[in-house]
Amino acid sequence: MIEVNRDGEVWVFAEQHNGKLEDTPIELMGKARHLADILGAKLAAVLPGSDVKDLAPKLIHYGADKVYLIENPLLKDYQTNSYAKVIFDLIHKHKPQIVLYGATAVGRDLAPRIASATKAGLTADCTDLQIGDHKVGKNGDLHKNLLFQIRPAFGGNIIATIINYDRWPQMATVREGVMPPPEPDTTRQGQIVTETAVLTDEDLVLQILKEHKRAKKVNLKAARVIVAGGAGLGSKDNFKLIWDMANCLGAAPGATRAAIDLGYIDNDHQVGQTGTTVRPSLYVAVGISGAIQHQAGMSQSQKIVAINNDPDAPIFQVAHYKILGDLNVVVPHMIKAIREKSIKEENAVTV
Amino acid sequence: MAYNCVVLVKQVPDTKRITGQAMNDDGTVNRSALPAIFNPEDLNALELALQIKDSFGGKVTVITMGLPAAGAVLRDSLFRGADEAILVTDRRCAASDTLATSYILSCAVKKIDYDIVLCGRQAIDGDTAQVGPQLAEKLGISQMTYVEELTELDGRTITARRNVGTGWQQVKTELPVLLTITGDANEPRVAAAKKIMKYKKALTPFEVELQIKELNPDADDSTVKELADRRCSALEEKGLLIKQWDLDFLEADLSWCGRSGSPTKVHRIQSVVLAAKESKDVPPTQEGVSEMIHELIEEKTIA
Repeated sequence: MIEVNRDGEVWVFAEQHNGKLEDTPIELMGKARHLADILGAKLAAVLPGSDVKDLAPKLIHYGADKVYLIENPLLKDYQTNSYAKVIFDLIHKHKPQIVLYGATAVGRDLAPRIASATKAGLTADCTDLQIGDHKVGKNGDLHKNLLFQIRPAFGGNIIATIINYDRWPQMATVREGVMPPPEPDTTRQGQIVTETAVLTDEDLVLQILKEHKRAKKVNLKAARVIVAGGAGLGSKDNFKLIWDMANCLGAAPGATRAAIDLGYIDNDHQVGQTGTTVRPSLYVAVGISGAIQHQAGMSQSQKIVAINNDPDAPIFQVAHYKILGDLNVVVPHMIKAIREKSIKEENAVTV
Repeated sequence: MAYNCVVLVKQVPDTKRITGQAMNDDGTVNRSALPAIFNPEDLNALELALQIKDSFGGKVTVITMGLPAAGAVLRDSLFRGADEAILVTDRRCAASDTLATSYILSCAVKKIDYDIVLCGRQAIDGDTAQVGPQLAEKLGISQMTYVEELTELDGRTITARRNVGTGWQQVKTELPVLLTITGDANEPRVAAAKKIMKYKKALTPFEVELQIKELNPDADDSTVKELADRRCSALEEKGLLIKQWDLDFLEADLSWCGRSGSPTKVHRIQSVVLAAKESKDVPPTQEGVSEMIHELIEEKTIA
């Protein structure tokens, strides 16, 4: 158990696989930098692995003041016990005030194991983090500068702000894709601190027999424009409208959970609470009613166009452009309009 | 060889079928708008335990921690084929976060002779997926999360396939182990008619007491207790008593339970209010749509 330590650092777990940094630590670095600046604390990345020191400068470029580098051949592959042990030891040594993990398959396997061993609080799958004050009861103690761990709960129907004030560190996993990655600054300087992992073969309790990496069929997170379809498309055949419009916009096709369950498209395309969280420049929602679980994954889009024949569809509440009508009419209109505009522009260039 | 499996299940509000307002005006969760169900992935965990029993023999014990009403998911487990059901309930469990919950559950699991502990990957009310790994740590055993297939069980070694999001991984380890099971792992069996006939009369001591009170509205406390004890013994003889354990029975350290054992606290709860944005109604005509596309190109939203 770690006592409250106001001078502690802010940490980000730098998840990597085979020497390649995941997106989440980079996404987290922007927000963590901001939190550390408010607290006047140092921001450190925790980088366990085997032969990963080349990643340390990169983490500094993205905003870390410090990188704790823990290299050991036994850390080559991620395993719950070995990774939990080295991070647990490091937490006890340096007593950080905040430790953040990406809510990836690894982060959600690792962080609770560490939290249980440290007897610290952990909030899962946060969508935002802030610094704020908390008063216990009406006349109770005022705790200043706590980590507000903000997350949807009850299937996205409520937003809860969670805190911990009497046991350190404050830990959270953060959903992938909700925080914009910062721009790297290759001139940034920082400190690389080499730490030793105390590990033996007995800490590797799993044998990894086989691994199969599946390339995602679509990179929704990187798409500038997403055209997404819902159950309103009515059939897999009709879902071609989504592909057609996506093609002429150079967009990525997305879908709701309902459309995927109906077999219209592969689940790599799912946007929403249990799928990918996206924040494109333009999100076109076609035949999507806008269940709260779907909105959780797309409401941060800069511009939202909604096409639906139900005037009460919740999607209209977050849309910038509301098109009330039959999608089978509106989508071809849109495709035609896009083609005409791009032809005009081509002509303009040739003239 | 036979394997003893312990399955942790939870009764949860059906967050996908919310009727009415999810929140009361005072900011608390409106539980009556949320019908209670068996957490879906816990059914997959129970199914896997039952498959292990079908293939190798052994015993399936189901544990839930919750309010007395959670007896319903235990009966459902018995209908589907579980051998024993245990309700961990105690007012002092209230306000437990995942850390305190995993501590209390670890005290219960330690009372049982087990080889494999199974949990659903996550519960649909919190979606945290934390209690499984935290419980494994408290029990001091290894964990395999996101299991989508049990590949092999041979002596004291287990091989399983984990869904790691970006693909899958086949891993092997020694028992005892804790597994968290995904919804893709299997198709949970339905309740068996014969077992429903048998176990529909299964009750927790709390439910027995309620029944006695209903039948004898004028009885004093000591009479109720006496009648309830007698009824419980009769049920136990027939194998129809759902065990009910409190924190005293578990010999739990109270400082690790409930509010005092929970480092995380709620600062604020907000109902999700959809942000009203500046919006435009676009007529569903070619002209209307073309105008909108033109605007989006002008402001460089589309290249």
